Amino acid sequence: MKLTVKYFASVREAIGRPGEQLDSSAATVAALRAELIARGGAYAEILAPGKTVRVAIDQVMSDESAALADGCEVAFFPPVTGG
Amino acid sequence: MDRVSIQAADFNLADEIGALRADDRRVGAVCSFVGTVRQGYEGNNGPPVLEMELEHYPGMTEKSIEAMIDEARRRFDIYAARVIHRIGVLQPGEQIVMVAVTSAHRGQSFQACEFLMDYLKTQAPFWKKERTPQGAQWVDARVSDDAALAKWGIEKRNT
Repeated sequence: MKLTVKYFASVREAIGRPGEQLDSSAATVAALRAELIARGGAYAEILAPGKTVRVAIDQVMSDESAALADGCEVAFFPPVTGG
Repeated sequence: MDRVSIQAADFNLADEIGALRADDRRVGAVCSFVGTVRQGYEGNNGPPVLEMELEHYPGMTEKSIEAMIDEARRRFDIYAARVIHRIGVLQPGEQIVMVAVTSAHRGQSFQACEFLMDYLKTQAPFWKKERTPQGAQWVDARVSDDAALAKWGIEKRNT
């Protein structure tokens, strides 16, 4: 299935780009994160299991157990610090 | 009038409050909060902040704050609410964020204003980066902000 993945703040800086289109068979956010970690390098470092990374699906805060569907927009970012 | 604005430009609190309560004679209370850029990092004890840059998630930011205002309207007896959050590069002393709420009596607007700020701090997709003489660093999220949201019965962790 096709996904749009976006990265923000420290995650964007570490990975070196604001997002990408990808083809994935990941059923959940956790599975997608594992796929990205498996690429190694900056992905493995910034998305490592010990790191607090928040996720949004279609621009709504979500969590690791959330299911993905074709055409989803998935975003990974650090804890938010606005206000 | 828009309820939510994400903008680089500064804002004028008096103008915003004037517009928010204009022609609504039911209003007996207006409560507002303005957040500004602190000069000192780490509770004003760290290195001086030369400037701050705010990044956000266009689209989600607006949607998430709209949803927070809807939730505030469900919880409190308020008439109108307005949230402005600035993005881009800001200098110490500049305004970052504004929340204003109107209601018949003060209690409801005080509470709704605090609720909106507590919610925004941990659930709206903004990120601050501070530049100091020692270099630039992303600001760490605070556990105390999660606690502030939890007191409203909302257990959504940011940190």
